[in-house]
Amino acid sequence: MNRIALFVPLVLFVVLSLFLFKGLERDPAQLPSALVGEAFPVFALPDLLEERLLSTEDFPSQVVLVNIWATWCFACRIEHPMLNQLAAQGVNIIGLNYKDQTQQAQQWLQERGNPYLFNIVDQQGSLGFDLGVTGAPETYLIDAQGIIRQRRVGVLDQAVWDREFNDLYQQLLGESR
Amino acid sequence: MKRTGLLLLVLCLIPSANFDAQSALWASTEVVEFSQQSLRQRYYQLIQELRCPKCQNQNLADSNAPISADMKAQIQRMLEDQKSDRQIKEHLVSRYSEFILYRPEVNQNTWFLWFAPVCFVLLGGLVIWRQYYSGRRSNRLQTQQPPQLSAEQRRRLSELLDPSEDKP
Repeated sequence: MNRIALFVPLVLFVVLSLFLFKGLERDPAQLPSALVGEAFPVFALPDLLEERLLSTEDFPSQVVLVNIWATWCFACRIEHPMLNQLAAQGVNIIGLNYKDQTQQAQQWLQERGNPYLFNIVDQQGSLGFDLGVTGAPETYLIDAQGIIRQRRVGVLDQAVWDREFNDLYQQLLGESR
Repeated sequence: MKRTGLLLLVLCLIPSANFDAQSALWASTEVVEFSQQSLRQRYYQLIQELRCPKCQNQNLADSNAPISADMKAQIQRMLEDQKSDRQIKEHLVSRYSEFILYRPEVNQNTWFLWFAPVCFVLLGGLVIWRQYYSGRRSNRLQTQQPPQLSAEQRRRLSELLDPSEDKP
């Protein structure tokens, strides 16, 4: 009995080490999203390219990506070709132009191509606030019922798409048919 | 002994008191207009307790990230709307998750965080108490009760101790 008790500190040490070692692998910038599983927030904001007011009513009843972008966001430049590619593959993407200047944003789409079905202009960041956006770029996967299913903070590239989005996207697409 | 304990307690309390005074000083460098003085106090309390979701380990008071500015403005608006601290926190947590609470609620995910330290202290106390107690008992056994020897052991003892049987 006493001899076994001698090993207690060793066991405690190993358990603590494993716990801390596992903690090293976690990316502290990757926050849990409070809105996964919730409905997309209600909003009424202008369109970037047309004279109209947008709301959740304008979302197609299909699986969509909502991409938060801005011209001041450097990583969005890197991300843009990937969005173009996804749009070419038939993925519906809605843009959320976050705290940006409208004219510059319009120019950006002219220069780099427009992968978006439409763009919501959120100059004050109010919709961004309701979505729990902490910066740009961010991408949300919304199902056909308008429920947020996945969130990506940071650049969406091919690796992230394959790892975190593709399976879920295909599954949701199958469900909605 | 008692005095040492008291001194230790005071020493433990000093850093926390000091911290509070300092963070209040940092926060007061910002200019925020309120209709009532009491709202201002609650505002400072809240922005010290809430964590910036964009920056690692800074509270809202300390952070100059755009998102913190938005959150501070929202807190100010909600305070003026006579919302309670609890409502404000819930409003922010529903968007930015529990990550932003520096003092998390007690729930399924956080009970270990809250109660583990108390358990560890109690466990440590138990170990110390047991060590101390068993040490005292074995001391008492040794000093008060001389070991009981059998007849054979007595004979051998007197043999060993008897100088007349020594053979040089």
